[in-house]
Amino acid sequence: MTETSTQHKNAGPDLTYQQYLQKDTLALPKCIECSKLHFYPRIVCPHCGSFNLEWKILSGKGEVYSTTTIRRKPERGGNYNVCLVTLDEGPRMMSRVDGIAAEDVEIGDKLIARIINNDGDCHVIFTPLQEV
Amino acid sequence: MAHILRGSSAIVGVGLAGCGEAHGRMPLDILAEATHNALDDAGLKLSDIDGIFTGSSYHFMPGLSTAEYLGIKPRYTDTTMVGGSSFVAHTLNAAMALKTGLCDVALICYGSNQRTAGGKLATMSEQQIYEAPYKPRYPISSYALAAARHMYEYGTTREQLADVAVAARQWAKLNPNAFARGDLSREDVLNSRMISDPISLLDCCLVTDGGGAVIMVSSERAKDFPKKPVYLLGTGTAQWHRQITQMPDLTTTAAVDSGKRAFAMAGLTKDDVDVVELYDAFTINTILFLEDLGFCTKGEGGAFVADGNIAPGGSLPVNTNGGGLSCVHPGMYGIFILIEAIQQLRGECGDRQIAGSEVALVNGNGGVLSSQVTSILGTEAVL
Ligand SMILES: [Zn+2]
Repeated sequence: MTETSTQHKNAGPDLTYQQYLQKDTLALPKCIECSKLHFYPRIVCPHCGSFNLEWKILSGKGEVYSTTTIRRKPERGGNYNVCLVTLDEGPRMMSRVDGIAAEDVEIGDKLIARIINNDGDCHVIFTPLQEV
Repeated sequence: MAHILRGSSAIVGVGLAGCGEAHGRMPLDILAEATHNALDDAGLKLSDIDGIFTGSSYHFMPGLSTAEYLGIKPRYTDTTMVGGSSFVAHTLNAAMALKTGLCDVALICYGSNQRTAGGKLATMSEQQIYEAPYKPRYPISSYALAAARHMYEYGTTREQLADVAVAARQWAKLNPNAFARGDLSREDVLNSRMISDPISLLDCCLVTDGGGAVIMVSSERAKDFPKKPVYLLGTGTAQWHRQITQMPDLTTTAAVDSGKRAFAMAGLTKDDVDVVELYDAFTINTILFLEDLGFCTKGEGGAFVADGNIAPGGSLPVNTNGGGLSCVHPGMYGIFILIEAIQQLRGECGDRQIAGSEVALVNGNGGVLSSQVTSILGTEAVL
């Protein structure tokens, strides 16, 4: 689905991205010239230089491109995962896989996005994609 | 036809100071002492310096702070900031300024008290807003992600990463000025505390104090100085990203481009290189840069560094001072690889001297594998 919403007309790309997240939606700019999406959101396509962009709502599906377990003492919260996720639509972002132990996250794992909203402060994490 | 900058300038003075621990001193104190040593080395006075090239994590306007501290009024100031690779990049900018007469005596300099100031990496860096929510450890996690991907794609092992640290330590043992000179085995590295998988404590560079200074003049004047001149044959810069999420392929750095550019300017190939100094902030760096600079093919870096191949007595001398892993690493390390390369070409390196060195390659790294700057230096024999 493609949307060029008047609601976001005066918002910069970061604010627009955040406004989508507030609505529990993951969306990114898509280039009208070269059809590629990019992350993080900008006003110019870093692939081809076009300023002609629209917003595209994503599937939320992706795959672990690389992963690391950050070691932390249990009393300070324990180990946690940091990974790079390649979204099915192309762009790559940093995130975290929840729902399994940090050490068990592997490159190539299929994921689905979930938006965490802490009193309006939103970010995207992923969980393992359950095959239906 | 040779590039206009090839061999147009030369290094005539180098100085180190405060490497290891420099208790009670501020970053500019250490920088100034390194500058003093470089001036002595070159037989010059502070007032001869009319071009300043510097970078810092401590000073927002480091060119101004440095010149003010030293009491000089430079005609030309350059503070190109590409992280730890800045000082290697400054060689190119200094060569341009010297060639065009914007300055006559260029000082490239750095000082840091990172260790005695508490070991925290001083930074004026803005927060990376799209990474911060996930709390990566900066910069370790970015390098860990690159290492993990290299292991996944090419079967590189933690043992091979460890061998990079072991080789560095063996070189450090030959360098009386290196900070970490104790015995180090592959098992020691493998058993050290894991920080951000697969990077453990001994896969990481030291945190030390230290300063360095390099004095450059035009080649026409270079023979008027006490030490054997070392000529700048080529420098190439390249950058592909700032944050690790934006690195196009985590197994290939922009050193592919910076290396090609430096070799093209120098009119040389990797087969001409006698000694290699790479920015080894983490063990994976050495593997990536050896591949990207063409010393081995992509994916073969792990096998290349194994079994002492880059250690003393191996087929390719790499990081002969002991590297950031075992010699010195005060926040930004670029100037130290430059100085080690220059001293090797002068034949001043004692037990770790590579006999007959005529060509040295230096590869500076900045950010999170972001900026790559390669310099080729040589003696008069290859001018
Ligand atoms: Zn485009």
